Amino acid sequence: MNKHISPRLNRRAFVIGTAAVGAGLAIGLDLPFGGPAVVRAADGSPEIGAWVVVRPDDTVVIRIARSEMGQGSLTGLAQLVAEELECDWTKVTTEYPTPGQSVARKRVWGDFSTGGSRGIRSSQDYVRKGGATARVMLIQAAADAWKVPASECAAANSVITHTPSGRTTTYGKVAEAAAKLTPPADVKLKDPKDWKLIGKGVKRLDTVDKTNGAMIYGADIKLPGMLNAAIKDCPVFGGKLKSFDEAKIASMKGVKKVVKVGDTAVAVVADTWWHAKTALEALPIVWDEGDNAKVSSESIAKWLAEGLNNDQPAYVGNKNGDAKAAIASAAKKVEAVYSYPYQNHATMEPMNATALYTADKCEVWCGTQNGEAAFAAVLEASGLPADKCDVHKVMLGGGFGRRGQTDYVRQAVMIAKEMRGTPVKLLWSREEDMAHGRYHPITQCKMTGAFDANNNLVALHYRLSGQSILFSLRPEALQNGMDPAAFQGVAQSGEAAFGYSVPNLLVEHAMRNPHVPPGFWRGVNVNHNAIYMECFMDELAQAAGQDPLEFRRKLMGNHPKHLAVLNAVAEKIGWTTPAPQGVYRGIAQVMGYGSYVAGAAEISVTDGSKIKVHRIVASTDPGYVVNPAQVERQIAGSFVYGLSALFYGGCTVKDGKIEQTNFDTYNSMRINEMPKVESVMVPSGGFWGGVGEPTIGVAAPAVLNAYFAATGKRIRSVPLRDQNITFA
Amino acid sequence: MANLTINGKTFTLDVEPDTPLLWAIRENAGLTGTKYGCGIAQCGACTVHIEGVATRSCGVSVSEAEGKKITTIEGLASGDALHKVQEAWIAQDVPQCGYCQSGMIMAVAALLSEKPKPTDADIDEAITNICRCGTFQQVREAIHTIASA
Repeated sequence: MNKHISPRLNRRAFVIGTAAVGAGLAIGLDLPFGGPAVVRAADGSPEIGAWVVVRPDDTVVIRIARSEMGQGSLTGLAQLVAEELECDWTKVTTEYPTPGQSVARKRVWGDFSTGGSRGIRSSQDYVRKGGATARVMLIQAAADAWKVPASECAAANSVITHTPSGRTTTYGKVAEAAAKLTPPADVKLKDPKDWKLIGKGVKRLDTVDKTNGAMIYGADIKLPGMLNAAIKDCPVFGGKLKSFDEAKIASMKGVKKVVKVGDTAVAVVADTWWHAKTALEALPIVWDEGDNAKVSSESIAKWLAEGLNNDQPAYVGNKNGDAKAAIASAAKKVEAVYSYPYQNHATMEPMNATALYTADKCEVWCGTQNGEAAFAAVLEASGLPADKCDVHKVMLGGGFGRRGQTDYVRQAVMIAKEMRGTPVKLLWSREEDMAHGRYHPITQCKMTGAFDANNNLVALHYRLSGQSILFSLRPEALQNGMDPAAFQGVAQSGEAAFGYSVPNLLVEHAMRNPHVPPGFWRGVNVNHNAIYMECFMDELAQAAGQDPLEFRRKLMGNHPKHLAVLNAVAEKIGWTTPAPQGVYRGIAQVMGYGSYVAGAAEISVTDGSKIKVHRIVASTDPGYVVNPAQVERQIAGSFVYGLSALFYGGCTVKDGKIEQTNFDTYNSMRINEMPKVESVMVPSGGFWGGVGEPTIGVAAPAVLNAYFAATGKRIRSVPLRDQNITFA
Repeated sequence: MANLTINGKTFTLDVEPDTPLLWAIRENAGLTGTKYGCGIAQCGACTVHIEGVATRSCGVSVSEAEGKKITTIEGLASGDALHKVQEAWIAQDVPQCGYCQSGMIMAVAALLSEKPKPTDADIDEAITNICRCGTFQQVREAIHTIASA
């Protein structure tokens, strides 16, 4: 498949050809008398519905609207289509339609957004129907040729058989005829028990080019005559560009132009990126930093701490009984305050986009988690209409939520607009990427638990204070000011529901929005909510003198799916049997993105400050597992990402700027620090949950609870490096 | 101008002597398989072989690399025959996003040429590349598979 993402081929991956688009684009359009139009791919092969192209040699091209960033959805989505299509999996290849093509065809490929662990779960129904629709049309075409009823024919492995006569043909042979048929209005999907490809850990479709240097990421785009740009945005968020002295660098090698980008940034365009970056570093720049330059981590922490006070207004996200009254009259109370810092996504590939702005169009090549959002950004920044713009998606060198934003796309278009007719590749330095993230939001949390005289938990008050992502990025999604996503993992119901029953419960959020821009960072609000809740659960168990697992189980009777993954993890790690000498265990569970997950860790601690993680066990119930090999990798990867953030992460603010500048100050786990993750998949069926993100929620609390078991010390803030705790 | 020997070919490049080798490889020689991740030799995405030694090319200048035998990910295979690390990476589906994997593969190839049967401790010491997707257990398993072949 891989070639589909090569920009040259992708640029005109296929020709749009429906009457609605307009005759000008209908190069590949057949108009048979009385039948629907046939839409053709660039090589002339016909579409059998929007999701499938069949070539004469039986190759099946499956269209993928969501983005591949390593999570494996491209392969999983192809499996979903192929399952219903009954095609030969060894002849499957994939192709990204462009957002421009999709918009021109009334969004025939649906949502392009690839975030919130939605890649599979939000498209599974219509992509399977796309596969089933094509199968029905291909079988019908064969039946028509044979003049037999379609009901007497069956398809398997791209071969259609007329069962009574034994005659056979292949998809490639009937594709032309099938493309001329009217698609069936409704198709029946397979019963999950009949799946042959879904549920199999088939190999990814995109591996080979990732092992030989051939895979093209945004940073690797090459276009004829292309120039390169390096950029600096005002390091204080909200600040502005005041002036720069272009004359000082005008004679530096390779420099072509210095461009003001919006009100806040300046870019140097040069022949090579190295020249652009070198000149940018030499460019004298004066910033108007504004009032935000007074903000520091200390001032933010102080502001958030005020929000923990009950007298301050707060949004209620989950409530039953009267927690405050029950706490006031309780036999015993436990209270703790936790905090979680800003985190940068730190994708291995820094942000970048290549733009070409000509007299009549604007095209962009980039890695993006949301092709349509990138497309909208191109429209806005270029000022051109939709039919004059497009975005060509390439492989992402990591996403984790960062590439759902389009700031870098906008910048690239603004620069290209000043360089008309010349393609310009904008690449951020790692330092720019660290300084201008869309950071995991900062929060604090005060939790109060209350017990009756028999050590039963009677009340829990969970009070968050801190930043709302939706307030900053999707204000239209706020509900009377409240950010419903802030309660991910502790919500009353839905895809991130709380897994415990407490007679008196109050979960609330005092919103505090510092100037540092927040973003959707793998796991999003599940991260801190799971750390707070699951570490505090351990504190409550300790206060009640009970085993952390048994204490949880007693509260989970009404939450059987939460309990099932917790039990699966407990069994696998051997919770009821003693750990090896000097090794201690911690456990945690949470629900997020429609899936139930639990994790357990075995660690040892030397001198109270050197942690060795010996074992990690993780369980997940995502309803259905499309590709267990890829789910396993998402689970393991979630621990690497989550524990990197726990041990080494944390972005701090000084003078309104982020202090961390590169991997030397924002480190990431290495192979020597990471044990094997033992995954236990317990798909219970009947629902579709996500897998890219939920597990990250249990990574940190499993280790923190084990740390308490080992040392008797509670850690209530992240990262551990601030507390001089590191890997052994 | 600099003469660099990359993957057995001589490139005469219009590049200043203090340019990091990484950028000469990517921008002047046009071999983009070697990736930029940090520019300060922390992450290993730019790892190439210089005289067979795994080296972070962002921290080496063109002048230091002149006259030496440089191998990038594009030159790891021998013609159509993939290197055993590439074969194992494909067989075990190691990459996720894949951006760090050029450097990871080059680091592993150098380790295996020095120690054909590395222990876990050898792997821990030699493989210090960052992978944000978290492919470490597949990396480790693939190395052991190669070593036991």
